[in-house]
Amino acid sequence: MKTRTFLLAGLLAALLIAGVASYYASSHPDGLEYVAGKTGFLDSADEEPVSTDSPFADYETSGVDNARLGGGLAGVAGVLLTLVIGGGLFRVLRRREEPTTVDAG
Amino acid sequence: MHVPDGFFDAPTSVATGVVAAAGVGVALRKARAELDDRTAPMAGLVAAFVFAGQMINFPVGAGTSGHLLGGALAAVLVGPWTGALCVSVVLLVQALFMADGGLTALGTNITLMALVGAFVGYGVFRLVLAVLPKRLGSVPVAAALGALVSVPTAAAAFTLLFAIGGTADVATGKVLAAMVGWHLVIGIGEAVITGLVVSAVITSRPDLVHGARGVRGRRAPLLTEEVPA
Repeated sequence: MKTRTFLLAGLLAALLIAGVASYYASSHPDGLEYVAGKTGFLDSADEEPVSTDSPFADYETSGVDNARLGGGLAGVAGVLLTLVIGGGLFRVLRRREEPTTVDAG
Repeated sequence: MHVPDGFFDAPTSVATGVVAAAGVGVALRKARAELDDRTAPMAGLVAAFVFAGQMINFPVGAGTSGHLLGGALAAVLVGPWTGALCVSVVLLVQALFMADGGLTALGTNITLMALVGAFVGYGVFRLVLAVLPKRLGSVPVAAALGALVSVPTAAAAFTLLFAIGGTADVATGKVLAAMVGWHLVIGIGEAVITGLVVSAVITSRPDLVHGARGVRGRRAPLLTEEVPA
């Protein structure tokens, strides 16, 4: 499989997982939240945490009432934001090859 | 395992912030050796994939769920330093845009999930790979075991921080038993996902898996595949 094909297939998988499959994820509290509740320190979380006023807070999309659509949009936005920030960082950090090298991918 | 604002006192949050900043700082330098024109786009994809994977909470019983942490997975796929950076970017995006994990707890979350997750996962991966047969099929197995150990270890590290700077007055032993117990179960899910994903990448592009370098493949690469020099 060519590198470009592989990367696009991987990105498509990530977008489908975050944008579509995430709707079917368990809504039970995760391990830490559950343990915090059971052992009695869940209340020590700040009631009003520091907010960035992001439109995608809590994996919802402000202005979109449909849970499936809002959650999917937030997931897709998160994947793309991670890709852009991570991809940009790793592009800057990478060792550059000789300019004569032709990218076959 | 995203820690919200308020679980830890200010000195502990500042201390983990310093640990996280130092760890990320070293990783930014060390990752250069792992990244080239071929692996840099792969690392970006791995970060995006870990973000997606963390959205899938799977039930582990008694009304509890767990989700992929991804440190071991990222470390095996793109190297431990780059892997730690992948998870750090995911945690940054989650804290900034998804209100998942407190902003004042970002250092704590990077320390637990990016640094402990990636390096414990990768360390166990290397140890297991050293005793398994030198072939590609061993890589997903070793990756899964690294993932399995990384989750309860991060849970134990959380409890250590809780004992030092937890704002609630709860017995440490009680927290330790519950955290490690539940995260051992979640670790099984982490192991399964990590093993399957590493296996899938090895099947299509073994040359793109950092942890598979130096492991002999069972077939010669195809002419259409890029082979590392």
